[in-house]
Amino acid sequence: MAELPSEAIAEAVFAALADGNRRAILAELSASGPATATELAAALPITRQGIAKHLALLTDAGLVSPEPGEGRRVRYRLQSGPMRVAQQFMAALARDWDEPLSALKSHLDRR
Amino acid sequence: MGFPDRIERTVRIERPVEDVWAAITTAEGLAAWFGQRAEIDLRLGGVATLRWDEGHVANLRIERIEAPTVFGYTWGIFGLPDGDPRRTYVELTLAPDGAGTILTVAESGFAQLAPDEHDTSFHGNTEGWRSELDELVAYLRG
Repeated sequence: MAELPSEAIAEAVFAALADGNRRAILAELSASGPATATELAAALPITRQGIAKHLALLTDAGLVSPEPGEGRRVRYRLQSGPMRVAQQFMAALARDWDEPLSALKSHLDRR
Repeated sequence: MGFPDRIERTVRIERPVEDVWAAITTAEGLAAWFGQRAEIDLRLGGVATLRWDEGHVANLRIERIEAPTVFGYTWGIFGLPDGDPRRTYVELTLAPDGAGTILTVAESGFAQLAPDEHDTSFHGNTEGWRSELDELVAYLRG
């Protein structure tokens, strides 16, 4: 993931977030911490097969990483890095200069 | 390039440059239009703090002062955690225009991010949290 330009990272994040089931998986990992596919299938109204498919895509996007759990079970951990790159792109859209500049103008113009 | 790295706005204000300069570089001025409360230590490397009533706080680090025409600072990116090293650079430029002033605000750095910075901030933070949690667990276990 580290070699990808931030644009490609953000694109992978937005593609991943476009699906409601994947958002639910990410939200569950965020709320409750690392989990196996079986645990996610139990916590969410998504089939075990659907969970596996989405986890593969999320792993490719760098949003989760598989790691060895107890026994032979693989646990998936949320990776916040790509999300922060996407957040940085969104920050430009969320930055509001129009309102403060309008306030500055009316503050000085009326004096 | 699907997203802007730099955003820019220009407004014309019916006041001389000196008045606009005071509005953007003094605590009283900043509190009148930007934050609801403001403090500023106007020198290179100095800090200005803006507070909004709903609880948002912005810490500005002053990077450029050319009174009364250029005021530049960096600040954190909204939505990123406190302490995230990434900041955007804001430059306010004042130019006289008849009896008034043309004020230009340019903020840049939204998309700037070198690959090795990714690496450091990703793994640095991830590892940082993991080791902090490990330390907490170790502490609680006595």
